[in-house]
Amino acid sequence: MKRYLWRRAGGFLLTAVLVSAATFFVLQVLPGDPALLMLGTEGSPEAYARLRQELSLDQPLLQRYLKWFSAFLAGQWGNSWRYSLPVRELVGQAFPLSFVLALLAVGSAALAALPAGMYMAVRSDRLGSRLLSLFTQVGLGLPQFWVGILLIQFFAVQLRLLPAGGYDGWRSLILPVATLALPRTAVLGRFLRAGVLEVLGQDYVRFARSKGLSGTTVLFKHVLRNAALGPLTAAGVQFAQLVAGTIVVEQVFGLPGLGQLLLNGVFQRDLPLVQTAVMLVVLVILAFDLAFDLCLGMLDPRIRYE
Amino acid sequence: MNSSQVKVMEAVKRRYWGLMMVGLLLALTLLGLFFTPYDPNAVNIAARFQPPDREHLLGTDHFGRDVLSRILWGARISLAVGIAAVCLGAAAGVFLGSAAGFFGGWWDELLMRLSTALQALPSILLALLFAAVWSPGVPVVLWGIALGNIPSFLRVTRNQVLSIKERPYVEAARALGAGDLRIVLRHIFPNLRDALLVQFSVSLAGAILAEASLSYLGVGIQPPDPSWGRMLREAQPYGSLAPWLVLVPGLFIAFAVVGFNLLGDTWILGRERVYKGE
Repeated sequence: MKRYLWRRAGGFLLTAVLVSAATFFVLQVLPGDPALLMLGTEGSPEAYARLRQELSLDQPLLQRYLKWFSAFLAGQWGNSWRYSLPVRELVGQAFPLSFVLALLAVGSAALAALPAGMYMAVRSDRLGSRLLSLFTQVGLGLPQFWVGILLIQFFAVQLRLLPAGGYDGWRSLILPVATLALPRTAVLGRFLRAGVLEVLGQDYVRFARSKGLSGTTVLFKHVLRNAALGPLTAAGVQFAQLVAGTIVVEQVFGLPGLGQLLLNGVFQRDLPLVQTAVMLVVLVILAFDLAFDLCLGMLDPRIRYE
Repeated sequence: MNSSQVKVMEAVKRRYWGLMMVGLLLALTLLGLFFTPYDPNAVNIAARFQPPDREHLLGTDHFGRDVLSRILWGARISLAVGIAAVCLGAAAGVFLGSAAGFFGGWWDELLMRLSTALQALPSILLALLFAAVWSPGVPVVLWGIALGNIPSFLRVTRNQVLSIKERPYVEAARALGAGDLRIVLRHIFPNLRDALLVQFSVSLAGAILAEASLSYLGVGIQPPDPSWGRMLREAQPYGSLAPWLVLVPGLFIAFAVVGFNLLGDTWILGRERVYKGE
């Protein structure tokens, strides 16, 4: 397990460095000259020269990248061009909300997918199971922001049960979490259903039954452990999708999170802000990916020794 | 009936549903290219917020524009951007994936590493990055979705090629003196088809969702032209006043996505048959 852990952690670091190089390239090299972008068309040549030196645009690319990367690691994320505030301060206010939102959504999706997936597999002939299966198929196709808008209409505007938008305590998070969790529940539930169906046909399940173990013991101790491998393998990609969804859902519900900050940064071409926000989002995605991988390694020894 | 027969029956049913839904969608898009009941961008303030009736089958929006015309006209963007982006991503992914699978070694290692890195950047995030550098618009969305789709095609192709290249007929071709290029083009590619069609349908469903999300965020197509996501962005403030403005575009997006997902299941059926030698 230890070797597996080190190898996965190494992969995590390598991927993080690659992604940081890619975002650096897109944001610092593709625009041509960020100094020009920052000053607009009215800047004087002197101001332009000063700014170029300040941004160290006159240095070679690799040196610039290393400088930026070490500053990023040290938590020096520069100043936002538009807000004239340290990026760190802006992000510090927005990040916790987004993180909690994503975490709650993952948790709810997992909690809902577990019974749904097992029910669909074990009682595949029941009407309820068929309806659930149809529901997951449709749940996969519904655009998230649309579901969000409809939930606002129903629960906030018609029934007046929950806040329609903005952040005002935990009740503001109920609808966004539901919106985010729905499609992920559908995907994970379908994966789990397929996994359980496959495992149920295995010899060791028949053996466990024939030695007199009860149905629930077999299901939870023997079937679930093996059936969970499929959903867990998919969880990394699903989480990346969920995080991308957070950006959209924050916009629907007017939540002042990292997604909204990032989107404002995009529209105002606030490159330091965009760069930091994207890097943080990617790091969260990669960290969860690592966590899912470790769970997988704990559940299945075959993966550890691969 | 045994379980595999049940599976086949289920898949046959899905095949018809998927084909019908996608067919209908393509027919509507084609129709929209040549005919819309009204000019999709024509403003008519006097006729704003008309509920669906005989004159405007799907009602009018806050500028009095005919919703049906905008749906038909917008289908072009919603579908075409998705299709073009997935084609680009698929071409790159298949090329790199077959290289990784066929040559193996450090080449494989490198490509898989890059693909893992790219996987941490979902299409939406990539498009936002591009939009910050260039400016919001259709090209940004196209490139974001295209790049975002490379890893899945790369992986599918690589894994398939790895298994196909060990099969006896490839060995036979090599024994007959066929070169690398001929083996890849004549013996490996044709056997990739089904796996790629599955991936293509599923990616397309995802691409339509991504385009809609980005247009909703305001990063995609710019006003006054419509796409289904853009229409939802504009409709959100009027949700209570004119519910059809919110319902109609969302239903069209959902219809398209479910259709392509079901079509993806169709190709899985084809593959199962091949493996069983039916």
